[in-house]
Amino acid sequence: MTTERVITFREAITEALRLEMRRDERVILLGEDVAGGAGRQAEGLSEAWGGAFAEYKGLFAEFGDNRVLDTPISEMGYLGAAVGAAITGLRPVAELMFVDFIGVCMDQLMNQAAFARYMSGGRVNVPLTMLTHVGAGVGMAAQHSKMLYSFFAHIPGLKVVAPSSAYHAKGLLTAAIRDDDPVVFCVHKLLLGQSEHVPEEPYEFPIGKARIARPGSDVTLIGAAMTTSVCLRAAKALEADGIDAEVVDLLSISPLDEETVLSSVRRTGRAVVVDEGFPRCGLAADVAALIAGHAFDHLDGPVKMVTAPHAPVPFSRPLELAFMPGPERVRAATLELF
Amino acid sequence: MTNIGPDNRAATAPPLNEMLGLYRTMVLIRAFEQRFATLVLKGTFSGAGHLCVGQEAVAAGVCAALRNDDYVTSNHRGHGHCLAKGVDPDEMMAELYGKATGTCKGKGGSMHIADFRRGMLGANGIVGAGLPIACGAALTAKLTKSGRVAVAFFGDGASNIGAFHESLNLASIWKLPVVFVCENNRYGEATPVEYALAAEHVADRAPAYRMPGVIADGQDVLDVYAKAREAVSHARAGDGPVLLECETYRYFGHFVGDQARYRSAEEVESFRARDCIIRCAEQLTKQHGVRAKQLEDIAADAEGRLDTAVAFAESSAIPDAAEIMTDVYSEVRR
Repeated sequence: MTTERVITFREAITEALRLEMRRDERVILLGEDVAGGAGRQAEGLSEAWGGAFAEYKGLFAEFGDNRVLDTPISEMGYLGAAVGAAITGLRPVAELMFVDFIGVCMDQLMNQAAFARYMSGGRVNVPLTMLTHVGAGVGMAAQHSKMLYSFFAHIPGLKVVAPSSAYHAKGLLTAAIRDDDPVVFCVHKLLLGQSEHVPEEPYEFPIGKARIARPGSDVTLIGAAMTTSVCLRAAKALEADGIDAEVVDLLSISPLDEETVLSSVRRTGRAVVVDEGFPRCGLAADVAALIAGHAFDHLDGPVKMVTAPHAPVPFSRPLELAFMPGPERVRAATLELF
Repeated sequence: MTNIGPDNRAATAPPLNEMLGLYRTMVLIRAFEQRFATLVLKGTFSGAGHLCVGQEAVAAGVCAALRNDDYVTSNHRGHGHCLAKGVDPDEMMAELYGKATGTCKGKGGSMHIADFRRGMLGANGIVGAGLPIACGAALTAKLTKSGRVAVAFFGDGASNIGAFHESLNLASIWKLPVVFVCENNRYGEATPVEYALAAEHVADRAPAYRMPGVIADGQDVLDVYAKAREAVSHARAGDGPVLLECETYRYFGHFVGDQARYRSAEEVESFRARDCIIRCAEQLTKQHGVRAKQLEDIAADAEGRLDTAVAFAESSAIPDAAEIMTDVYSEVRR
């Protein structure tokens, strides 16, 4: 028996990009320091970074500066250029280094990419992937640590995915690049180093599909990105309490796989939604409303929400750790249902 | 100021057929806008209307310098750009009426007309938003070696927004085949350009981005046409972007119904005295001996074309309510 290949979440992103760029020459990658050392190929100083999170190492060497484009620090300019390239036949992957930077370029995503199909009466595709880094836990404070996936999911026309592991990162990024709609691909920074078995061949994981990360019968814990592993750890801890928890990993924030969520809750009768985002008008509230509206008769108690507080992400390490929903909070919220 | 070519204003006029083409386009745009204004004031359809009456020479002169497959992005005052790029007046009028047969199936309206078959990538309701998109279209042209050029039309107001500056910088460092066409009509909404612009001319900003900055007389279609041709061939040759500022004027307010009390009657009159259509008619008469009757026929043809467009729009169906949920995504979702 051959051993299964294990790679990191970071390497899974590189691999999805490499395979799609080989498969389709319309796929380009652009963003700040996606290579690093732009224009210094002759001196052997190019590809110094391969992205701020080193997910693109080797792509510049293989595909060159026509397809791996370092941009100035100019998010409105290059994200808009990615929209223009997408509506004229390319399939750009534009990196927004930290999702928090969306404030300087939101128009191009919200009013342009998201609505170009609709406002033209369906006469254009917008095959744009915006890959961006989300989440707290790296000590960079409130301007570099937000989730914001709910922000994007609020806008019709955008698709939003938040993979929880290397396998799903590769499959969802492949699907995002091949999708004819703009997709916001949210990478939680704390997941980049996690590893698991990832097949070497290209594959898509469908956008709009959740998965059962752990089957169980007593309660449904619902997470996305980092909070999926939080739910899994909480489920493990709940075994000691005699509770068999099911974990639903949303993977796609929009479209949301309502059926997988609802059928799980209808079976277990209890739901805890775990979300690292801010609580007001956020993912947890949205999923809780879905359950209340469509599975109320199956519930044995209120839908519990475990979220970040309605506060900016603090810098100080102990405060940052307290800010992020952890397994203990999920366990405590779950126990209130029994 | 860098001028990329000789001043062509005194140069020999283009051949008769080209001049007549420019004239026809301008007359059609003005007739379209006047018909549109009449319909808005009658309450025929909803929404804001931004007229480009007075500015017709810019759309006509620049688009005449383009190939059919070249790209254009436009702004909220975009009917002229669409017509000059060859978008069908029937479909445009139907769009204004919100009908299913409109260019955008009634989902875009006046500020958002797009027709990808004609390289018209979209008018835009957000000031300055078309400039980065034009850069992206030019990037596609460059990477696929299609030989196409992208033009971004925008106003003097947009030259103060971040997207303008980011786009000029990006286009310059990547040597993109894009021509930034500023229609300086002297007002951003109700604010005069001399108040809002920290430069004498928008084109003065070009050297800061290491690209040629050219000023054309936007009331003279031949000057616009000559300078646009040079700018477009500069971009198409791979020599990078150009900023072409066309000094022009809108005869009416920011929107239909704006009384434009922020400017004097004398000022309006001074620009009307240099009207682009009257001027072109004089040039046609003087240089090519075109008779008044032929010019009258062109005007009558435009009115007839608009009668057809209005009839088409009025007889078209309103969109089915189910259309609200189509075209949101590539597949239909609930």
